Amino acid sequence: MKFIDEYRDAGRAQECARAIARSVTRPWTIMEVCGGQTHAIVKFGIDELLPRDITLVHGPGCPVCVTPLELIDKAIAIASKPGVIFCSFGDMLRVPGSHTDLLSVKANGGDVRIVYSPMDSVRLAREHPHRQIVFFAVGFETTAPANAMAAFQARREQLGNFSLLVSHALVPPAMSAVLSAPHNRVQGFLAAGHVCAVMGYHEYEPLAQEYRVPIVVTGFEPVDILEGIRHCVLQLEAGKAKVENQYARAVKREGNLPAQHMVREVFQVIDRKWRGIGAIPRSGFGLSPAYAEFDAERRFGVADYHAEEPSECLSGLVLQGVRKPVDCPAFGTRCTPEHPLGATMVSNEGACAAYYRYRRQQDNRRSL
Amino acid sequence: MTSDDTAGCPLPISQYTQVLMAHGGGGRLMQQLIERVFVSAFSNPRLDERHDGAILDAQGRRLAFTTDSYVVHPLFFPGGDIGTLAVNGTVNDLAMCGARPRWLSAGFILEEGLPIETLERVVASMRRAAATAGVEIVTGDTKVVEKGKGDGLFVNTAGVGTIEHDLPIGPRHVKLGDAILLSGDLGRHGMAIQSVREGLEFEGPIESDCAPLADIVMGLIEAGIPVHCLRDLTRGGLAAGLNEIASTARIQIDIAENAVPVSEPVRGACEILGFDPLYVANEGRMIAFVPESDAERALAVMRASPVGDGACRIGTVLSDAQGLVTLKSRIGARRILDLLSGEQLPRIC
Repeated sequence: MKFIDEYRDAGRAQECARAIARSVTRPWTIMEVCGGQTHAIVKFGIDELLPRDITLVHGPGCPVCVTPLELIDKAIAIASKPGVIFCSFGDMLRVPGSHTDLLSVKANGGDVRIVYSPMDSVRLAREHPHRQIVFFAVGFETTAPANAMAAFQARREQLGNFSLLVSHALVPPAMSAVLSAPHNRVQGFLAAGHVCAVMGYHEYEPLAQEYRVPIVVTGFEPVDILEGIRHCVLQLEAGKAKVENQYARAVKREGNLPAQHMVREVFQVIDRKWRGIGAIPRSGFGLSPAYAEFDAERRFGVADYHAEEPSECLSGLVLQGVRKPVDCPAFGTRCTPEHPLGATMVSNEGACAAYYRYRRQQDNRRSL
Repeated sequence: MTSDDTAGCPLPISQYTQVLMAHGGGGRLMQQLIERVFVSAFSNPRLDERHDGAILDAQGRRLAFTTDSYVVHPLFFPGGDIGTLAVNGTVNDLAMCGARPRWLSAGFILEEGLPIETLERVVASMRRAAATAGVEIVTGDTKVVEKGKGDGLFVNTAGVGTIEHDLPIGPRHVKLGDAILLSGDLGRHGMAIQSVREGLEFEGPIESDCAPLADIVMGLIEAGIPVHCLRDLTRGGLAAGLNEIASTARIQIDIAENAVPVSEPVRGACEILGFDPLYVANEGRMIAFVPESDAERALAVMRASPVGDGACRIGTVLSDAQGLVTLKSRIGARRILDLLSGEQLPRIC
């Protein structure tokens, strides 16, 4: 398969790993921001090819993991209302709220549907004019344009029975938060390729300068990730700190301008909470005033929900790259994908779930 | 840090108190449900073998007995329909016991309003599939439920087959060093259903692999291959099949990702949806555990059958006293190939 096979080629991957090993003279800690990259690293065993001096830590870029608890509670409250068709991407259904999850709402008779595109929920609104259709608009900048397009289309068609429960997160403010934390140990970043395909990478240039960290826009296949690490290591060894683009086949510096235009039309930048991390200023998208009528939180009166997220949970530290999943005493024993204690164990892209699924035995052995 | 420190994490859902769709997904939740509810209630030596069917001793003759229910939506899909599934699924479960499939029952639960013509099409498919597999449908049952209480049509089939050899076949008979053979490429059925159900369009149509596997099995046995274990790779795919065998037999299975064939359209569809083809359902694929020394001969027998012409070797039984499946990734690192918790869910981005 073109654009896949050549980036999963064992020979190229191993050659790249050898090149990294030749360049490294001292220990470096690099964070991959995106959950998709975390998943690929653990699934393909990319870190096992790296020299010991390179430590990969896993970033806050898993949209399921960072969605705040109270937003899940809001989703559950709305989905439980009679007459509502609640539409979501599949992997949000298993995330536990304070008391239950959307799968259980569905089992109790709630009309919860998995959709593949937000436009599917707009179609449902058209087809079911007497029901309320709510789309759970979750994700980073990557999913924002399509979600914005759904709101734009609903407004154009005056679909008064359509609304969005929005929880969009932005990557650059989260990277700032990681870098300015007192216990930060991240020295270089692999930036999320698909986020940059939409937003471009110019907004990372001030970050690289201010914090003196190399940032390499990186794709998602093994050779991409190894190439990203190699660029990052070369910069670190040379004392450089600039933004580089490994994922040039998908990313341009200015990004996708029509997509950004659609996002600006519908959303505005707001402060938001990150599950396990806390509040980060100007780190999310909310509906702009012109689209306020499509805000599901207002329509269903759930805007003032609040849920306490206890600070003891390790997933916040995992999401900031301070701890590894296997450092948690509950990992793999009391906390498993069937009975997750934290969000990082729920999503496929969550670091804890990836470790549990692909390597719990090896890591248990290592930690003995 | 003590182990109590995480007790304040976001609230866990400790146990589901009602059935979720994920309990039918072929993953760990389903295994837990079976253990907790069914095995604990019905336990007996034949059930406890945890095979695709039960092996019964009927006054000196060995019989295989199995049952399966079919609730597929949509009823018709590229490469088959609920009728072909209902016959081939039960035929294959009998074949995996090393039996020659002989007789089937057919139970129909019809929803009020189902067009008779639809039912006739399904029944005609069942007749053709039964003729192809060499089985007779010898008894049946029909029930009708009110509109809204069924999904058009549910079918249950049970089957009886005769075992005409003395080979012990089943997970407990797997041996250290056994070669693991796969009868063809993976993921066609699951992705065919997924693409029709969700109205997804891919470059080429993906057809279900739905097919009877008894010919392959009879071929192996007649060729004198001392088969140790057979498994058809339905719900949960190759990963579920290997994990169930590894945990029942308490062995470590090791496979090579590069050796597992997946067609280009299936790979493409899986990439788009974020699915792993190793977990996707098949309805005409099986694995066989055979002694290393018989592997090449067994592969030749499998390839001689039209539904096994893509047969290949994917792995080995590495060691005993573990219930573990490992996979050598494309880039040469080794990791666990685990059971999924529930169903595969399409990811956000």
